[in-house]
Amino acid sequence: MKNLRKVLAVVLALVMVATVFAACGDNEKPDTQEKLKVGFIFLHDENSTYDKNFMDAAKAACEAMGVDYVQKTQIPESKDCYDAAVALIETDGCDVIFADSFGHESFLIEAAKKYPDVQFCHATGTQAHTAGVANFHNAFASIYEGRYLAGVAAGLKLNEMIEAGKITADKAKMGYVGAFTFAEVMSGYTSFYLGAKSVCPTVTMDVKFTGSWYDEKAEKEAAQALIAGGCVLISQHADSMGAPTACETAGVPNVSYNGSTLAACPNTFIVSSRINWQPYFEYMIKCVQEGKAIDTDWTGTIETGSVVLTDVNTSVAAAGTVEKIAEVKAKLQSGEINVFDTANFTVGGKAVTSFVADVDTDNDFTPDTEVLKDGVIYESDKRSAPYFNLEIDGITLLDRNYG
Amino acid sequence: MMANKSTMKTHHEPLFHVVKRDDMSAGKAWLVRISTIVISFIFIGFVSMVLTGKNFGEAFETMFLGAFGRIFDGRMTMLWKYLQDVAILLALSLALTPAFKMKFWNCGAEGQTLMGGLASIICMIELGGKMQTLPLIAVIAVSSIAAGAIWGLIPAIFKALFNTNETLFTLMMNYIATQIIAYYVYIKGGGSNVINPVPYGNFPTVGDNDYFVNIVIVAVITILMFIYLKFSKQGYEISVVGESQNTARYVGINVKKVIIRTMVISGALCGVTGMLLVAGKDHSINTNLVGGQGFTAILMSWLGQFNPFIMVFMTGIVIFLKLGVAKIADDALLNSSFSEIIVGFVILMLVGCEFFIHYSIKFRHNKKEVKA
Repeated sequence: MKNLRKVLAVVLALVMVATVFAACGDNEKPDTQEKLKVGFIFLHDENSTYDKNFMDAAKAACEAMGVDYVQKTQIPESKDCYDAAVALIETDGCDVIFADSFGHESFLIEAAKKYPDVQFCHATGTQAHTAGVANFHNAFASIYEGRYLAGVAAGLKLNEMIEAGKITADKAKMGYVGAFTFAEVMSGYTSFYLGAKSVCPTVTMDVKFTGSWYDEKAEKEAAQALIAGGCVLISQHADSMGAPTACETAGVPNVSYNGSTLAACPNTFIVSSRINWQPYFEYMIKCVQEGKAIDTDWTGTIETGSVVLTDVNTSVAAAGTVEKIAEVKAKLQSGEINVFDTANFTVGGKAVTSFVADVDTDNDFTPDTEVLKDGVIYESDKRSAPYFNLEIDGITLLDRNYG
Repeated sequence: MMANKSTMKTHHEPLFHVVKRDDMSAGKAWLVRISTIVISFIFIGFVSMVLTGKNFGEAFETMFLGAFGRIFDGRMTMLWKYLQDVAILLALSLALTPAFKMKFWNCGAEGQTLMGGLASIICMIELGGKMQTLPLIAVIAVSSIAAGAIWGLIPAIFKALFNTNETLFTLMMNYIATQIIAYYVYIKGGGSNVINPVPYGNFPTVGDNDYFVNIVIVAVITILMFIYLKFSKQGYEISVVGESQNTARYVGINVKKVIIRTMVISGALCGVTGMLLVAGKDHSINTNLVGGQGFTAILMSWLGQFNPFIMVFMTGIVIFLKLGVAKIADDALLNSSFSEIIVGFVILMLVGCEFFIHYSIKFRHNKKEVKA
């Protein structure tokens, strides 16, 4: 009985303390002003460079636009995404929902059908232009232009190595660590290669796939295998530090992705391209504020500030890299250069005269739309997500991984 | 935890020792449990205050919002979602209960549920559009129950015939199931690695409510499980085998038969849960379908003392915490691990309080106490 009283005393004391704290807080919240609220759904959290890139942009955009936002992290590509969207709308009263991962798309469309008054935006997706759901929108960026510019920096570095007699022109081989053998990755490495080729005509490239967007060990091992196979420069399209650190250890120059890896790799980092999502978020918020329709497919460009390069690490990059990048960038913007200009590459030894891409999503990846016009393959033109998936000459796929 | 030997004194009495006690009344035991929960909640309030800068009341308001949504504004969607989450964890706990009561350590709820889910999605994809919805749901039910039961049966047969270690066996079966699902998603998901929701064989929505059918099914299972364990002959056999296999043999119970039969039931109920998750919720499948809840359910079953109705209470609290603390973390832009840490903490507190309900600590100066 004595113990019982003790327990009771402790509980009551704690409850009293709690009530005091509850009472001294000012509960009168001025909830009157109707601020726009954005709900963000992220696949992982800030430990993934991919999600961090989105999270930083979300914060910056919402602060710049003066709107409230709520975020949900670690949301899998399942019904959980639908549930997260419902919670953001029902509980937090969000007016616009954004999700950052490819696999979220179908579940977000379901939510969009259920809440026609809320706007839904989705990065990297492919279904908006065929789904027929008015309040569902896709967005991406012409990151192939960013990778082309990064490729120019890589090509200049190779030229420097050739001039210094470190390698001969025919040994100018780059390595590329990709996640999956999808259009998104293929479009990326091809543009990177074409950028390098534009300044170093003898360049070739080997590609290895890890089968995961984030697998530090696999990415590291793939980079090491490429280096062992004679690659003198490495780039990657995967989210961990695996490839950059492997390069730093081996002393092989690296062109990075999703942000600077300079701090961890000061002796090998050249430059990095990434998509800056802030312009899209601001566009999306502005549309909702003004009651305007959001584009079904929005493609960010260099112009909109969506495709950006980090500062060039001049202690590793070849001399004149900064100037050359600026020059090519201007030409890309003016339309003087097109990344996928069929004059610059061949497939199976032949010039490309037609390219029917799989623009409208279906399970069998049936090609459905001609995207080649006047000798140029226009990427991200018929929809925002990339669809270029030709295997051009000069690039060797050492393996394939479809997931 | 126990000082076995005093190094200083000549007469060997440790500073304290642990004594089993059977004298605590049920009412008092419940008072300890409820107090533990209250203390845990107060602690959570304080932690949230420190980490988020909200005051104590707001922290609980946020938790409430996270779990139940704006029910006072007449928005019931989140409440149903809460009940759905409780129903799934409860269904898994119920599925494990007969096995654990028999002291068969079934750590394979994840795998058994995944296989049930796999059977559901295969039926939905392969038979969808070729059958009416109701017959299709019947086929889904039969095949997922069978799939879960088979996945539970395999380790049970090995245990009954060769006395293999069921903990390791069921755990290994989880990995196999996960890999089978991964392979299936790879085949059917194409390049995207996601199976888009299948529009066939979905449980009907009642009004605007997606989860009503799931919740009713689990409510019925809860009642049936209570009756089965408490009043049926088979339920009694499970208790006897759990207490002592030798006693069971002595009174003429076929232990092997009971082990196999009980694991088939356990696996079959996991299969049902897999169906609830696939046909009743996701309409798709991935390796993360169960999301570790098969292990949380083990704790729920134990903390619920194998009583289905206490399990309702326990799972209700755990899901409330999970959703509520996740909301606190989201609002404060904290890492989502915060929620897992807090739920883990509360479960630890609850397990800890069970220890003090069943044992007491006697200190040295209590010389008059009888030693164990």
